[in-house]
Amino acid sequence: MDRGGSAQPLLLARDLRKHFPIAGGLLGRATRVVRAVDDLSLSVEKGETLGVVGESGCGKSTVARLLMRLIKPDRGTMVLDGDPVDQPHGITVNELRRQVQMVFQDSYASLNPRLTIVETLAFAPKAHGLPSAEARARSRDLLAKVGLDPVHFADRYPHELSGGQRQRVNIARALALRPRLVILDEAVSALDKSVEAQVLNMLADLKSEFGLTYVFISHDLNVVQYLSDRVMVMYLGKIVEIGPVDAIYSDPQHPYTRALLSARPSMDPRKRTREAPIQGDPPNPIDPPSGCRFRTRCPFAEGVCAKAEPLLTDTGAQEVACHMRIKGSGHTRAP
Amino acid sequence: MSNLLSVQDLHVTFVTPDRTVHAVNGVSFDVKRGETLGILGESGSGKSVTLRSILKLHPEHRTRWSGSIKLEGDEVLGMTGGALADLRGSRVSMIFQEPATAFDPVFTIGHQIAETIKRHTGKSESDAWKRARELLELVHIPSPAQRLKAYPHEMSGGMRQRAMIALALSCDPSLLLADEPTTALDATVQIQVLLLIRELQRELDLGVIFVTHDIGVAVEVSDRIGVMYAGKLVELGGVEQMVDAPRHPYTRGLLASTVHGGMRGQRLEAIPGAPPDLAEPPAACSFAPRCKYAEPKCLAAPPPLTAATEGHLVRCVGRIDTLAT
Amino acid sequence: MAIQSPSLDLGGGAGVRATPAAQVRGYWQQVGRRLRRDPVTLVCAVVLLLIVASALAAPWLGLADPYKTSMIRRLYPVGSPNHLLGTDELGRDMLSRLIHGGRLSLFMGVTPVVCALLIGGLLGITAGFMGGRVNMLIMRIMDVFYAFPSVLLAISLSGAMGAGAENTLLSLTLVFIPPICRVSESVTTQVRGFDFVEAARASGAGTLAIVRVHVLGNVLGPILVYATSLISVAIILAAGLSFLGLGVKPPEPEWGLMLNTLRQAIYVNPLLAALPGVMIFLTSICFNLMSDGLRAAMDVKA
Repeated sequence: MDRGGSAQPLLLARDLRKHFPIAGGLLGRATRVVRAVDDLSLSVEKGETLGVVGESGCGKSTVARLLMRLIKPDRGTMVLDGDPVDQPHGITVNELRRQVQMVFQDSYASLNPRLTIVETLAFAPKAHGLPSAEARARSRDLLAKVGLDPVHFADRYPHELSGGQRQRVNIARALALRPRLVILDEAVSALDKSVEAQVLNMLADLKSEFGLTYVFISHDLNVVQYLSDRVMVMYLGKIVEIGPVDAIYSDPQHPYTRALLSARPSMDPRKRTREAPIQGDPPNPIDPPSGCRFRTRCPFAEGVCAKAEPLLTDTGAQEVACHMRIKGSGHTRAP
Repeated sequence: MSNLLSVQDLHVTFVTPDRTVHAVNGVSFDVKRGETLGILGESGSGKSVTLRSILKLHPEHRTRWSGSIKLEGDEVLGMTGGALADLRGSRVSMIFQEPATAFDPVFTIGHQIAETIKRHTGKSESDAWKRARELLELVHIPSPAQRLKAYPHEMSGGMRQRAMIALALSCDPSLLLADEPTTALDATVQIQVLLLIRELQRELDLGVIFVTHDIGVAVEVSDRIGVMYAGKLVELGGVEQMVDAPRHPYTRGLLASTVHGGMRGQRLEAIPGAPPDLAEPPAACSFAPRCKYAEPKCLAAPPPLTAATEGHLVRCVGRIDTLAT
Repeated sequence: MAIQSPSLDLGGGAGVRATPAAQVRGYWQQVGRRLRRDPVTLVCAVVLLLIVASALAAPWLGLADPYKTSMIRRLYPVGSPNHLLGTDELGRDMLSRLIHGGRLSLFMGVTPVVCALLIGGLLGITAGFMGGRVNMLIMRIMDVFYAFPSVLLAISLSGAMGAGAENTLLSLTLVFIPPICRVSESVTTQVRGFDFVEAARASGAGTLAIVRVHVLGNVLGPILVYATSLISVAIILAAGLSFLGLGVKPPEPEWGLMLNTLRQAIYVNPLLAALPGVMIFLTSICFNLMSDGLRAAMDVKA
């Protein structure tokens, strides 16, 4: 199914924008807008794991849903291995969904409580035309692949399984259509740590067995560091920093990335955190600040930060959207 | 210094027509003023049930308690009705994971805090509001005077959590119970709240019991850490002892399977299997089926909690240190 | 016995198994089991069964002729020889009329609800699933009908169409369509927002398949609970309409009509006059309690 070879990105998204109107005013007309994702571009290389980190309101879940076209972007284009998506000469959204699948965070809500596990797994292949018997057989194979004995688990209902087991089922469901790209939206966040470790091992095994590409969305920086090849940091609907995982973690260049990394609790009781890296809460994506969206919490903010929005700039190892790194931006710390 | 809280051999069982759950199977620990005990465990370990038992928060008709919980010498498990209501909020307070549901959405923050103060201390309306404002300042909520008139939904998650802490401290409790208060918060907010709790504990000489499933969080706030599994404490010791030299295989397993960046490229050492079903009280070591150091004597009888070194208790009869890893 | 899963593979990694909790069957089987264990629901079910069975079997129970009048034997009290529950104002046997009356009253109660369920349910599920303009169109039309109190609406419709059983059925059906539609729409909208429906959309399945497999199964339960609670309302409304002369016409036996015609007997023999009311009360409360029981049984957060 590979069309363009390893040099061509598997998924390319350009200038994606999604605003959600909030009904208000007399006639329910939209007076305010949630600017969830704004002019975001990214590429996912074949066979990599792209980690996406950010806090509430950063838009990472919206990006996931835009990539799967569960919601339609207001603007922007997508290209899957050279084929434009939802365009006259490209592939349809349905065809996109055969190649891109998603695992959600809430393992219980992701499964229809009235269907048995095997029925849930067989649903998608059957909907795409596979005969019922074959779909069920494939489902049982998938269950075994994710470490759940089909003899024990195929005819059970979701409420009879533990959180970790349900999440394995969700991963199996994502693999049912043999996709190339799997988007994991906080897929391990709700699991206990020991179960999380089991599932992470399993994800690594499945990736090499099926030649998958992952987009791994999480708020847990440690897990993202463990799993990802490249990392993308989001804030209020925009990418603030993106680059190889080692570069981001050893030499974070955006003040927000630095704050996120130092906000991790210390594992050494002798070296406890003394001061919070930034104050306040992540702001609301309704009416974000002008210019650089991070400036309201940034210790280095200056006048230029309110006037102009910094674009993602190549600084060698990674790309950063910060005036302090842009030549001639007007910031006192700019090169 | 005498103990603020002393829990002895606590057993908690939930009985419903459908099933019985032995949630807590013999837990004992002490907490002094001015110290934080972190209770670390995964889902089903009984950590939240233990915490809530200190306030007897579970519905009476389907909960069976046995053992003893003594707060400054007073037996909590024997209390009912009025005595219990007096205890809750004024001598012992609790903060929860979801600040949104801790507050009534139809009243302002100031109103709810002031009501609690009036109920427990009998202060006048204006005194109570003054105290409420002081509390909001104590938890570093900016513009406290305005915030008193704010409704819960008008505040951000971190702000609500701080307000909940203010509410919990409004009647000068000596013991603060925290049930995963930062689990639902963003990373940058979580660290702020953890630091706040540490600061408040120092300033007010509180005893704090902090329940969490996150080792990093436990290490940040605790003086001592207790690890729970299947309704029992399997290890209890000072935070440095626990991190440097954990002795119970489950604690070691937890530390080994907690992901951090240094493990990149290696397979994670996951603890195999899943926690036991608590329909029956444990007849032997509950962790043995998953333990790589298990021996036949582990399946013979429940192991007792013994002191490995000064102040460090372990519930394990296997000879973990003599076996090669 | 505390050690679990002897088949546990202690090697770790992806090949981990754990035995799930004890064998539990499907959702509806569980609901049935809970219903069977609920004493209130059982009692109501038995009572209703008796009422319904006797109503259905009425012609063959060897009862007196419900239409046979007798000028001499009028308003005999309860417990008279040959007439267990007395006779009404035209000398007809009360027991026979009450049991025969059940046929019509139950029919008038259940039929409109079933019809409204089909029509209102379909409209509501469509509105809930499609959202947007379709939803607005359907729901705003329903709102117009909702503006009228149901009793008033029933009376006006019946008044406009004229009395008679068929018109009563029609007007009651029309009265019940908006509330059932509203409940269906709200439940469907809720279910549509669930992750598993989104996951189904993400798998590229067609709308019909998604609705059939994922939405219907989860939506029918709550709608059914609401509909069964409406049956008692329907019975009372039908009886009320008959009482006002807008429903069933004499000499048909029907509880509401009987309440009307026995009005004059209140001063003579109040117990007799109350009997049809007792039947209405009994039937309605049984349906109500069973509906409650169904809701509680379905509320299993298993």
